Amino acid sequence: MTLSYQTFSHPQAASRFLAERREARLLGGGTILVRRVNEGDISISTYVRLLAPELKQIHVADNTVRLGAGVTMATIAKTPALAFLAPVARSIGGPGVRSAATVGGNLFARSPHGDFGVALLVLDSVVCIEGPEGFNELDLETFFKSRRQLAHGSIVTAVRFRRPMPEDFRFVKISRVKPNGAAVLSIAALLSRTEGHVSAARIALGAMANTPVRAHNLEAALRETALTPREIERAVVSAAADTSPSSDAIASEWYRKAVLPVHLRRLLST
Amino acid sequence: MTKVPVQMTVNGEERAEFVDSGMTLLKFLRDKIGDLTAKAGCLQGTCGTCTVLIDGEPRLACVTLAEDCRGGTIETVSGLSADAELHPLQQALLDHFAAQCGFCTPGMLMAAKALLDSNPHPDRAEVEDALSGNICRCTGYEPIIRAVLSVSGSNVCGDTAERERCDGNK
Repeated sequence: MTLSYQTFSHPQAASRFLAERREARLLGGGTILVRRVNEGDISISTYVRLLAPELKQIHVADNTVRLGAGVTMATIAKTPALAFLAPVARSIGGPGVRSAATVGGNLFARSPHGDFGVALLVLDSVVCIEGPEGFNELDLETFFKSRRQLAHGSIVTAVRFRRPMPEDFRFVKISRVKPNGAAVLSIAALLSRTEGHVSAARIALGAMANTPVRAHNLEAALRETALTPREIERAVVSAAADTSPSSDAIASEWYRKAVLPVHLRRLLST
Repeated sequence: MTKVPVQMTVNGEERAEFVDSGMTLLKFLRDKIGDLTAKAGCLQGTCGTCTVLIDGEPRLACVTLAEDCRGGTIETVSGLSADAELHPLQQALLDHFAAQCGFCTPGMLMAAKALLDSNPHPDRAEVEDALSGNICRCTGYEPIIRAVLSVSGSNVCGDTAERERCDGNK
């Protein structure tokens, strides 16, 4: 199979190129795309490398974080301003994967992968997209629901979110292979408390649907509780309604459904 | 296929070749310049046996394009030992019987080197994390972890709790 490699300095030019060539794909870290080519995917014949420097930049200003889509997990893990995300980044594969895997690429990873996207979802992130129609922004939840319907040539250039209070953010990834195997499931939680009661709750789940999803029912059940064991026990059963896990080599649908309340309970009790 | 020029430094030596566009770094190393130390295992970025260092970072050569490595500095197992003297990591793996079939060994060596280059005295958890992208079907990992810890100067069996666990494994 003949392959080619094209570089662009500007997202708009890369977007136009991708829009005109169905066999071209934007290359991030290569952990997904090059693997597919290695496995014989003949629908891909052109790698597109976007060299725009802003893709690899991290900006933190007034507690708003902007991550370039080309920022790697390894970079996030060692960035002091993003210390709360370091455990999430370190859970993504081994060091070789983390040196290459990008923020943008992780948003397109198929379940049970894509755990960084779970954390970004709970942070109410906004995705910046350069597409054939120009620049656009989407909240991440909408992005995940519509990522397969994005216009051909759309490029994720950055993700933006507000940096939370570190004590409000929780994350756990459950995997069979320790320390960094693919997820049985992953959970990210952002819980704000006022006078001991939950004033705002955001919960995102990974590997519990075909994309990271918010557990809206669970969030509603947690609001205004004091997170007592009894309240948590009552609340976690409502998470199932927001999930539709699949069976794969890592875990069965049955197992994921069975252990989700257990891990939710543990995470919410910390 | 379109041939494109690629130039990079491999184990201290400048290499410039014309390659097929889209060639992986692994194929470049093995097929173009004859460095067979990086192994082709899964070709999926999962097993880690193709681990090399690119600009000091551990990377999986099977899912890395040679064209993305232009101007880069690549280190493989071939560059570990000077003349006939083994690198301390290689000697340590020998001393601890940490290689059986040997297929994972190049990847383990380079992942360990990446760790020790940035963290000369890792603890056991850091060694485990550094090797977490490298699969071994033979040794059960323990001899490899001990070998890396021995080079680091750390107690091979870590702290007291780990030492008790290690002694139980003897």
